[in-house]
Amino acid sequence: MENLFGHYHSHSDSPVHRLPAIVKLSVALLVIIVTVVLPIEDKNWFIAVSILLALTALLSRIPILFLLKRIFVLSPFILGVALINAFQPSMRGTWMGVAVKSSLCLFTVILVSNTTPFSKILRVLKLVRVPALLITTIALMHRYIFVLADEAERMNRARASRTFVRGRRFQWRTLATVVGQLFVRASERAERIYDAMCARGWK
Amino acid sequence: MHIPDGFIDGKTAVVTGVLSAAGLGLALRRIKRELPARRVPLLGLAAAFLFAAQMVNFPVAGGTSGHLVGGVLVAALLGPSAAVVVVTAVLIVQCFLFADGGIMALGANIFNMGIVDGVGGYMIYRLVSAALPGSRGRVTAVAFAGWCATVLAAISCAGQLAWSGTVSWSAAFPAMAGVHMLIGIGEGLISALVYVAIQRTRPELIPENNLPAQPRRRGELIGYGLLAAVGIALFVAPFACSWPDGLEAVAAKLGFEHRAAGPVWPAPAANYHVPGMHWAVGATALAGVLGSLVVCGLAWLLGRFLVREQKSKFPPA
Repeated sequence: MENLFGHYHSHSDSPVHRLPAIVKLSVALLVIIVTVVLPIEDKNWFIAVSILLALTALLSRIPILFLLKRIFVLSPFILGVALINAFQPSMRGTWMGVAVKSSLCLFTVILVSNTTPFSKILRVLKLVRVPALLITTIALMHRYIFVLADEAERMNRARASRTFVRGRRFQWRTLATVVGQLFVRASERAERIYDAMCARGWK
Repeated sequence: MHIPDGFIDGKTAVVTGVLSAAGLGLALRRIKRELPARRVPLLGLAAAFLFAAQMVNFPVAGGTSGHLVGGVLVAALLGPSAAVVVVTAVLIVQCFLFADGGIMALGANIFNMGIVDGVGGYMIYRLVSAALPGSRGRVTAVAFAGWCATVLAAISCAGQLAWSGTVSWSAAFPAMAGVHMLIGIGEGLISALVYVAIQRTRPELIPENNLPAQPRRRGELIGYGLLAAVGIALFVAPFACSWPDGLEAVAAKLGFEHRAAGPVWPAPAANYHVPGMHWAVGATALAGVLGSLVVCGLAWLLGRFLVREQKSKFPPA
């Protein structure tokens, strides 16, 4: 579970955490849209956003190291595009702009997602009329991500402790069996959840 | 392949958003109409499954590892509309909970991974499994569709990036397509192995085994096909017109590209250029067809190998 929870810094309290989710999401969306649409020459906006984000980060009391680590983990795409553009001298200027823009947007989303419980984000999505079936799916997914990830890890550990076979071919097949079994268990669990939902009056 | 914010400009974000919203609306309507209430929780659980399955690492040479992406697998197991909803749910959670993939790029990501990868892969899966009947044919179909869909999604992604002016098409196309031709082999292989594992333990979970419950999907597929066609016409076609320039640029940088992208598909038609053919579009198309045929042959061998082994252990059902 380490790698899953390592993503996510929660259970703390600060003025930023207490802001209504809809305010945080709207501000974040506005910041992202303007950041993406404005040309990179418009330096004032980018400086203003950087200051705003830095202030929010300070106020939220999330460890700076944690935030920097998250940005680093999520930036392989920026590096990949840099690699492609490195062979296109005419595109190098564009890349700098894109890197600045996407880092700012990334930082915004990281701040929002780490200061807002997911259930509140879901409530906002419901408020803006995202279809109910999609909301149900997302809510169930969020509820069972951690359960199934845990189950996958347990099955994988059990597999590792029982197979002493070297050779990649065999390993791929057993790993695929683990994934297949995970699907079987997920669909069995879905049946039980449906019964439980019906028992509680779901329509 | 999660595009972050900042890589997609305004017009691309709006267009991909509209296309994805249309696809998602279509998918939700189909599901409401034909999915029994009993299977509604399965959508959420399948999304959680996809997320957890992506955390199982398959070792590749040299200490690196890959993982399942799974759009095609979910489409083959649950149908194309369910796959669109499941992949969308995964992308939304990854975006808002883990900041993986941008908010403005959400439309583009849903288009690439839900509609192109999931539904496009499903169409290829149905075509191949119609041509090769039986469970062996279906395993072949899953493997081949997994490869094709990965490459198609990568090309669509490259087109969106180029349309946004983030990278030039002549650099993005060979790099994205080349790398994902390799990644796609892993994806096809893992999808087929997982499909066989499910078929072996719980054959009733494979829709084709529950005869005659297969719904006719023609109208649904035509709708998605139109969406995908509009997307390709917008993102990819404009670049294919000015293609000779692009290809010349690639050819001039051929040495660099090989180092940048790692080994491109090691077919005789290296880097999409068939020697002796000067008409660039034709050469690219021919190389693409040749590569696809080779992978299709490999997928067929895989299907033969996997399913024969299964028959020796269990009597045929």
